[in-house]
Amino acid sequence: MAKRGLGKGRVKGESQDIWLRLMVNGRRCDVVAPVQKTLLEVLREDLGLTGTKHGCELGECGTCGILVNDLFVLSCLTLPVDIQGKEVTTVEGLAHNGKLHPLQQAFSELGAAQCGYCTPGFLMAAKALLDTDPSPTREAIQDGLSGNLCRCTGYLKIFEAVELAADRMGAERRKAATAPQVAP
Amino acid sequence: MTDFSVIGKPRGRVDGPAKVTGQAQFADDLHLPGMLFAKLLRSPVPHGRIKALDTSRAEALSGVVAVLTGKDLPEKYGILPVSQDEEALCTEKVRYVGDPIAAVAAVDEDTAERATELIALELEELPSYMTIEEALEKEGEPIETLRFGPNVHKAVSLEFGDVESAFAKADHTREDLFFYEGSTHLPMEQHAAVARWEPEGKVTLWSSTQTPHYVHRALAKVLGLPMNRIRVIATPVGGGFGGKSDPFNHEIVVAKLAIVTGKPVKLTLTREEVFYAHRGRHPTLMWVKTGVRKDGAITAMHFRSFLDGGAYGSYGVVSTYYTGALQTTTYKIPAYKFEGTRVYTNKPPCGPKRGHGTPQPRFAIEVHFEHLARELGMDPIDFRLKNLVEPFTYTANWLRITSCGLRECVEKVLEASGFRDKRGKLPEGRGVGFGLSAYMSGASLPVYWNDMPHSEVQLKVDRSGTVALFSGAIDIGQGSDQVLAATTAEVLGLEPEDIHLITADTDLTPIDLGSYSSRVTFMAGNAAIQAAERLRDQIAEAMAAKLDVPTDRVAFRNGRVMDAQRPEGGVSWEEACAVAEAAQGNLMSRGAYKPPELSGPYKGSGVGPSPAYSYSACVAEVTADPESGVVEVDKVWIAHDVGRSLNPTLVHGQVEGSVYMGLGEVLLEEQVFRHGLHKIPSMLEYKSPTTKDMPPIETILVETVDPEGPFGAKECGQGPLLPVIPAVANAVEDAIGARFHEIPITPEKVLSAMDKAARGEEPLIGPTSLPDYHLGEVLRVDPPDGKKVELFPMHEET
Repeated sequence: MAKRGLGKGRVKGESQDIWLRLMVNGRRCDVVAPVQKTLLEVLREDLGLTGTKHGCELGECGTCGILVNDLFVLSCLTLPVDIQGKEVTTVEGLAHNGKLHPLQQAFSELGAAQCGYCTPGFLMAAKALLDTDPSPTREAIQDGLSGNLCRCTGYLKIFEAVELAADRMGAERRKAATAPQVAP
Repeated sequence: MTDFSVIGKPRGRVDGPAKVTGQAQFADDLHLPGMLFAKLLRSPVPHGRIKALDTSRAEALSGVVAVLTGKDLPEKYGILPVSQDEEALCTEKVRYVGDPIAAVAAVDEDTAERATELIALELEELPSYMTIEEALEKEGEPIETLRFGPNVHKAVSLEFGDVESAFAKADHTREDLFFYEGSTHLPMEQHAAVARWEPEGKVTLWSSTQTPHYVHRALAKVLGLPMNRIRVIATPVGGGFGGKSDPFNHEIVVAKLAIVTGKPVKLTLTREEVFYAHRGRHPTLMWVKTGVRKDGAITAMHFRSFLDGGAYGSYGVVSTYYTGALQTTTYKIPAYKFEGTRVYTNKPPCGPKRGHGTPQPRFAIEVHFEHLARELGMDPIDFRLKNLVEPFTYTANWLRITSCGLRECVEKVLEASGFRDKRGKLPEGRGVGFGLSAYMSGASLPVYWNDMPHSEVQLKVDRSGTVALFSGAIDIGQGSDQVLAATTAEVLGLEPEDIHLITADTDLTPIDLGSYSSRVTFMAGNAAIQAAERLRDQIAEAMAAKLDVPTDRVAFRNGRVMDAQRPEGGVSWEEACAVAEAAQGNLMSRGAYKPPELSGPYKGSGVGPSPAYSYSACVAEVTADPESGVVEVDKVWIAHDVGRSLNPTLVHGQVEGSVYMGLGEVLLEEQVFRHGLHKIPSMLEYKSPTTKDMPPIETILVETVDPEGPFGAKECGQGPLLPVIPAVANAVEDAIGARFHEIPITPEKVLSAMDKAARGEEPLIGPTSLPDYHLGEVLRVDPPDGKKVELFPMHEET
């Protein structure tokens, strides 16, 4: 990854390594890393979770977005020390038991991923949106995803994919609510 | 064969699952054991001479493994054989802020960056040339002097037919000036490359590139190695749009560092550096004059363009021709003169961006024709309909037009948008505008002269029945993987997911020239169909013997192979492959595509010919606020002649993405400079449309089934960008009466037009003069009047 000005003027050896205890995609991860290393770098370089991408490393494009305690945050602006003990979810943690999350399924079916580089960030922003607003209007989707840039799609297929996923998740919830209760 | 099972059906892409799970491996995702990290020292001045360069302090820094300067890589290179003017690291002069001078490989990025700061660099600053006018008129040491004069990279003057006497036959003529500001691709993925020195004495390069074959050639030249000692693997490209089509200095530098250190080396550009890599839209100054008769028929056109090329040649010779070549593919222009000039300036080099050299003239002409038609007392739409090109004809500059759904595109987009009921009739501040365009489905000539195919595909079947497809094509998001898998699957009666793709690896895959000029669907698609047909025929022969039926009765459907007259019988695909392998040995086949010879009888005729042209027509509806100057696009309607829509999901995606990028160019995006520095090299300040800026788009696909296209398909990834820009400009005029002969149409420019109107002046924003530069002798060419269009269909069944 391409850091910009990080470590400028800092002589190697000055940085202090610290022990980080992180919860990532439901797993405890222990990492020893320089204190100034961003969460984006720790995820990609120390934990090998390269599904999270970067487009600017300045907090401008949304590409590196992940969830921390279900909130959408930019991992390039987050220091791991600040989120110890919190739940981190990356694109690798979206699918369950090999089954794609409805958002992933819809993005794939509708061509909402073209080059696919911004896709993980959009998926995480969309997940955060649907967690708080399970059936968002088109305008709410545009608002909810406005921190993420995409250069391929013109966004429309992304909006449609979020709507399709929301519909399917809503149908699943209704099915679950009306299903007969099974005694434990 | 119109009863398709895969072709024409909307569906997701074969690379979709990898992309939505984060498993698609982009170049920067590669992490090799023992890998070093590289950084470049870049020029802080726009134009200067290197007086001294001392790397000793950098070399002494702990953690630094190697330092390179221009002396280590003195061989020049460039994408075009005619413009070998780039250096991986500058040796004598720097030509723009960001031009690389030295490179460091170190154990980590921090150390590499720190080391670049320890390099002692002494530069003598030279006068800088930041505009077309400065390049042509300012005194001082030029950036480069070629045969066209100081700072002129290319000058071309072509005349088709007798333009002067054709203008004399006109009842009315009009001239206009236009300026199209430069913009950049802004791919979401920063360019990245990784190189590794292999123990057998080879170097492997993984790179985010649209053109692995051309990178392969450039590496061989600069590294001084034979091509068989170099392997180039293109990783999935995280957005290209033309911006990753050149061989880049960082690719050459990592390869050299891997050779020097014997270790893997990675170099990923920062976002700021991506703005320096550039190769984006040429800022272009244009003058156009058109002559028409009273009935609206065009008699002649004269078009002049001045391109601001930036510091190096790149594709610039081709870009220059493209600003003149396709004017004739939309309207019948019986006599046509084109003069193009590309200058060097001290800015990052321009190159091919989506539409390559053609959005600029398209903007100019579609706005120019609005004025011209109204002066003539004609409805601008009727004027265009009067002059549209016809299918299966030749243009004055020897371009062969085959399938052409332009008229249908115009009619359908007008109807869907209600244009005729809206134009001039919406309330103040709201308006509609129109534009149309044509684009190429691949250039008919390669970047360097050779007589070989442009795309080749190999298929191989293993004992599982899996079809492995080998192709040099690289998916840059446009869906080339899906096109290869879908065309092959269609012929073999399989699903696209049954095809295993091995792409863009020079050691493993046959040639594909690259993902540029909208060529992959047409060329690699045709090669894939041929390979699949040959594989199918081998299996059909073996199965015919087994089923005891004639070969042409063997059918391939739903993963089964059967007698077409007894479709309930037959065997599975795997069993059929076993039968064929037993009878014939290993199952493999090959296909190749080479465009027909389409160039005209003149120098420069290689730019513009394509085996087929796509057509688009667009209507934009806007609201322009004369108080704030803000223009908002309310809706876009676009009709596109795609030949045949191989997969509507992907075609709609390409059309929508093109409209989006066009909207960015006409309203927001500009690659601009101040005192030699890029003014806004960040994603926040370089304003691209966000989710909140995107209007709804209504896409109408027109299918003309091209006689030479794969299943009749033509391109859809670039053409639909072109008409959006003039459609919006024309809509703004309809809304507030202001004429924009310059883009982007920013709020400042809208307010300036409103001020002019308030002062009683014409509310026209645009250039007012051309620079004082005169081209040499014009090359006169007779048009191919009456030449019969010959077709070269590749597959009987399509």
